[in-house]
Amino acid sequence: MTIANAATTLGAVAGEVVDLKALRAETDIATPIAELDRDLVGLAPVKQRLREIAAFLLVTRAREQVGLTSGAPTLHMAFTGNPGTGKTTVALRMANILHRLGYVRRGHLVAVTRDDLVGQYIGHTAPKTKEVLRRAMGGVLFIDEAYYLHRPENEKDYGQEAIEILLQVMENQREDLVVILAGYRARMDTFFASNPGVRSRVAHHIDFPDYDDGELLAIAETLVGDSHYRLSPAAREAMSEYIVRRRRQPGFANARSIRNALDRARLRHAMRLCEGSAIADREILQTIDAEDIRASRVFAS
Amino acid sequence: MRVTQGTFSFLPDLTDRQIVAQLEYCLQQNWAVSIEFTDDPHPRNTYWDMWGPPMFDLRDAAGAMSEIKACREANPNTYVRVSAFDSTRGWETVRLSFFVQRPAEEPGFRLERVEAAGRMIRYAVRAYSLDRPAGQRYPSVEPATEPRGRRS
Repeated sequence: MTIANAATTLGAVAGEVVDLKALRAETDIATPIAELDRDLVGLAPVKQRLREIAAFLLVTRAREQVGLTSGAPTLHMAFTGNPGTGKTTVALRMANILHRLGYVRRGHLVAVTRDDLVGQYIGHTAPKTKEVLRRAMGGVLFIDEAYYLHRPENEKDYGQEAIEILLQVMENQREDLVVILAGYRARMDTFFASNPGVRSRVAHHIDFPDYDDGELLAIAETLVGDSHYRLSPAAREAMSEYIVRRRRQPGFANARSIRNALDRARLRHAMRLCEGSAIADREILQTIDAEDIRASRVFAS
Repeated sequence: MRVTQGTFSFLPDLTDRQIVAQLEYCLQQNWAVSIEFTDDPHPRNTYWDMWGPPMFDLRDAAGAMSEIKACREANPNTYVRVSAFDSTRGWETVRLSFFVQRPAEEPGFRLERVEAAGRMIRYAVRAYSLDRPAGQRYPSVEPATEPRGRRS
């Protein structure tokens, strides 16, 4: 009896073989992930988790083809990490990736903060939150600094109302939108601790690690390359020294500090050219030199 | 008598999936979708109650669909329609409008004759449902206790 059952089951499975490789090629799963690998420096755990999600969505689709349904998977995420670790950048790409994997229908990203969700008087919050949710349907809703929604010191705060509406939609319309909550690690932990409902509805907690010195230098190179500048070998040397020194100072914000430093270096570069010789060729116009970076007050201390 | 106004009204009522497909089309054309409801079925009644402002920033039909469901729930047994407004210069008008809910029973219209000057006969169309006051016109379900159009 059991053997006969097993035989029929096996027969059924053999009749519905799914070619995962073909499905992989067809959904073009590798391209968005390869792009992410190429464009973003470091972030190994984030990329690993994205690969897992991509594989999971592929297998879900394969399962559907042989008739194994399991309901829409929960893809709500929480991005935690220190300032400047690329949370917003990854979220912007996440919408695109999920769209290409066929999980969200449109692939647009609606980025909001507390102000966009919470109203100013009684009865103002619900329509405001619903309007934002409506706009985000079919795409990704990115709530930056989500912990501001919850103000424990004021129990009449309208933020709680927004959280409740959000939870309801996160639960009931999982196939319509993906919610990403982002913020600094410690404050997000407090937020989740005081809102267990939110924590349990967020399946993927992704932690963004700090960049090491080598990665920050690579980021600096990418940033100058994007704006058609380049670092001279001496400037490169100065930059890696800058990173080491800047990290020890207060207010260090990973890639954001690097971007700001480069913006200032570009200003000094421009100043140097204006005050120097009257002739500038293409090479001079695009090369940031060591002195542009070493003029920073980071080297003064 | 089945009221026929707007697009698709000679067809069987649209299913939710068909409504979503129509909404998708509207959004593809960059039309702004809005939801309205009324209990006065007269064909010349153009001013229906609005269910919230038109949804200008909508990207996906799911958002409009959840509003339609909310409107049906708050106003059961009335007429609910979806209108799609095209803001393109030169059009600036409603391009598509169709029912997404109608009352279970539609009593229809009667013809009224009014004698005008010189015993001339004027004709008018009047819905039977208008004999009752607003809010009680389609009473086969329990009348709404809350005033209509109030949200949240």
